[in-house]
Amino acid sequence: MDFDLTEEHLAIQDAVAKVCSDFDDEYWTEKDTKAEFPHEFHRAMAEGGWLGITMPEELGGSGLGVTEAALMMNAVAKGGGGAAAMSTLQINLFAPHPIVVLGTPEQKERMLAPLISGSEKTCFGVTEANAGLNTTAITTFAGRVDGGYVVNGSKLWTSTAQEADNILLLTRTTPLAECTKPTDGMTIFFTRLNREKIEVQRIPKMGRSAVDSNAIFIEDLFIPERDRIGDEGKGFYYLLHSLNPERIIVAAGAVGIAEDALRRASRYAQEREVFGRVIGQNQGIQHPLAENWCQIEAARMMMLKAADLYDSGKSCGAYANAAKFLGGRAAFDTATQAVLTHGGMGYAKEYQVERLLREAMLQRLTPVSEQLILSFIAEKELDLPRSY
Amino acid sequence: MKILIPIKRVIDFNVRIRVKKDGSGVETANVKMSMNPFCEIAVEEAVRIKEAGKAEEIIAVAIGGRQCQDILRTALAMGADRAILIETDVEVQPLAIAKLLKATIEKESPGLAILGKQAIDGDNNQTGQMLSALLGWSQAAFASNIEFTDTGLEVTREVDGGLETIAIKLPAVVTTDLRLNEPRYVKLPNIMKARKKPLDVMTPQELGVDVAPSIDVLDIAEPPARAAGVKVADVNELVDKLRNEAKVI
Repeated sequence: MDFDLTEEHLAIQDAVAKVCSDFDDEYWTEKDTKAEFPHEFHRAMAEGGWLGITMPEELGGSGLGVTEAALMMNAVAKGGGGAAAMSTLQINLFAPHPIVVLGTPEQKERMLAPLISGSEKTCFGVTEANAGLNTTAITTFAGRVDGGYVVNGSKLWTSTAQEADNILLLTRTTPLAECTKPTDGMTIFFTRLNREKIEVQRIPKMGRSAVDSNAIFIEDLFIPERDRIGDEGKGFYYLLHSLNPERIIVAAGAVGIAEDALRRASRYAQEREVFGRVIGQNQGIQHPLAENWCQIEAARMMMLKAADLYDSGKSCGAYANAAKFLGGRAAFDTATQAVLTHGGMGYAKEYQVERLLREAMLQRLTPVSEQLILSFIAEKELDLPRSY
Repeated sequence: MKILIPIKRVIDFNVRIRVKKDGSGVETANVKMSMNPFCEIAVEEAVRIKEAGKAEEIIAVAIGGRQCQDILRTALAMGADRAILIETDVEVQPLAIAKLLKATIEKESPGLAILGKQAIDGDNNQTGQMLSALLGWSQAAFASNIEFTDTGLEVTREVDGGLETIAIKLPAVVTTDLRLNEPRYVKLPNIMKARKKPLDVMTPQELGVDVAPSIDVLDIAEPPARAAGVKVADVNELVDKLRNEAKVI
């Protein structure tokens, strides 16, 4: 058993940390306050080749696995930009995976190369108002027409749709009622985000304001045949492959947010003097932060184990879910404690920890809820009856 | 022309240094290590020279334990073409380093060696100068600018009170100062390429150099803690204190 990261892993984390160090607290505060997309950060990461970390080498990517992508995301989140920095890049890591696996050479070149170079962005339309985690209930429909499809419907929580040039879209091509299995009859497209046919409405939200989340409404959008990924009707199965990587990567980012919060809290506790001594000398301040450290390291190990299982082709479902659960909790608990450690100053934007707390809440909510994680683990690991 | 860039692995500049309890050295177990920042500047300069078409090959050299491979890979990712690790567990001192580099240079015959002016751990500022003396090569230490001329190099040096520009002939040893350049960030595709670049390992014995230390370190101690500052009421009090207590003005 080897718990050490490899030389290459450390090189990845170091190199990412250097890019992040050019973007300071002031930058992220401003992006958060003004709800502006961090284009400069996106560009810097694109120039460093980081957007292609999991993409095929022949298209300019680096063909690395979930472990490396997770380590990159950890360094990104830890670098001060938190969830905003993560979400600037996350869409590039695994959402386009169906194109990597199933795309024709023409599709790969046309769709993936611009994402890797950063010249184009994409968003991912899956969730709907009445579907949520129950993905098979989606109703956005692609009807066959000459040369392609016409799509009508709506999507919710589509991140980066304000900025995206393209959309990776999950639709039904057979209504649920007509399918033998609910997971049949869905199809994936990667197509231009045509704003004449797609209305994108920004959702004001609690945190991570720099990166937009949206409700989108699609009306009579024509999608040519050449924009369909893989076979018609198999879209849901294509997506399944990227669910565990997404959980692992979110866990890695959540651990990064927690680490940043803990670093800030410890530093403040070392500097802030009350009653003639630094507050960090008080066990009432020390112990909760030490507990956060334990949480963070446990979440990190779970995340790396899940990533390693995935990369070696083994089943990782329970571990990927557990990593996301522990990571989300570590981020939220540590960010909360970081605000409390700062006392009243923790409520001031200047100290950044309130931003991290608002972003940490998101880590508990997405991409899968804590309840569903626990239900899944109860069913798969404890052999209890399925509850959903 | 080949360029040789000797680089050193040191405790990362962001890490707070802790002295070992017995005063025998500083704590390096579980401490983040990196390439010495002045060496990074040397790598960057060599890569820029090659990019400008004035050199064909860059060889990075490190001396130390197996773990020094990490900084060599970093140098390869920044643009060096191949690397040599001279592997030893002895803590090699500047004169022995210079001798090892001389032996490497005699094997590789580069036209230029670029080194950091000093490493941030020992702060010796000796290796480059010793190397040039051992080789009988021209020397330009503390470079803040390097230009190629028909006859060699024109090097601007940061000296007390200003900048000095000197002309030197090749082959030469140049040591880098902080303002020579700003090293690039390593790009992911280049980290991947660095994996495949050659990294040879040799030993001091193979180079015929005795690396036994010639200087004994007697003790290493923490610097004394800084005394707390004093608040003054106004400028007059400040001037008074500076003149009569600190006696600095």
